[in-house]
Amino acid sequence: MELIYFQLLAAILFCIGIYGVLARKSAVLILMSIELMLNAVNINLIGYAAFSSLGAAHKNLGQVLVIFIITIAAAELALAMAIILRLYRNKNNVNVDELDILKG
Amino acid sequence: MSVFFFAIAAFIVIAGGIGVVAARNIVYAALSLLAVMVGTAGIFLIGLAEFLALVQLLIYGGAVVIVILFALMLTRIQDFEFLSANKHWPLALIVSISFLVLFLISILVNKRTITEMSGVDISELGLTLFADWAIPFELASLVLLIALIGAVVVVRRDNEENR
Repeated sequence: MELIYFQLLAAILFCIGIYGVLARKSAVLILMSIELMLNAVNINLIGYAAFSSLGAAHKNLGQVLVIFIITIAAAELALAMAIILRLYRNKNNVNVDELDILKG
Repeated sequence: MSVFFFAIAAFIVIAGGIGVVAARNIVYAALSLLAVMVGTAGIFLIGLAEFLALVQLLIYGGAVVIVILFALMLTRIQDFEFLSANKHWPLALIVSISFLVLFLISILVNKRTITEMSGVDISELGLTLFADWAIPFELASLVLLIALIGAVVVVRRDNEENR
């Protein structure tokens, strides 16, 4: 195994996520694409943690960071799904290119 | 041998990712997201992060995908069928591919040649989390609590709303 496999996989997954965020219409799918990008970052961090040549005191910082990313991602997803449900209830529509109620 | 398993897990992850961004039906997209999460748990196992593989399966595979499917159930799901990409999708493809080229160049230029992997002991991980990172840990729990309370407040029906 080499570090570059983890890096390549993370890069490909991150770019798939970028495409999803930019190209999809539905807010739910944009949210899923953001989850893909967060997963790519987690894969990268796990790769760096596994191949790190640092001592034991610094070696598990990568995994600690992944734990925090998972926590924040869960909080973000709960809030975003709540907003999407509310939007659906009020507007019957979650396509982001048709939502312009904030436009002045 | 681990390269072989890594290749299988990477194939699952990439195929699932393409499924998420290309599926016409939103339930298929959510199930592709589940495939990505399970594949990522496999990658974590290969990367010697056993605890995080378990957390990934529990939180992402168990909770996140279920929350998305539940939210789709609470809405009328036929509104979400036959999704199409917006009219800027070639631009999005160009941006995504240029980011990929940028990442590939930076990865290949800074190629590191460490080949020995070493895992982290789970007790070491717990000690680090609760000693050095105790305040961020507590802040994270506060963030989760506030986010969940906020989610409940946002989706709660108002009393005067009779729908």
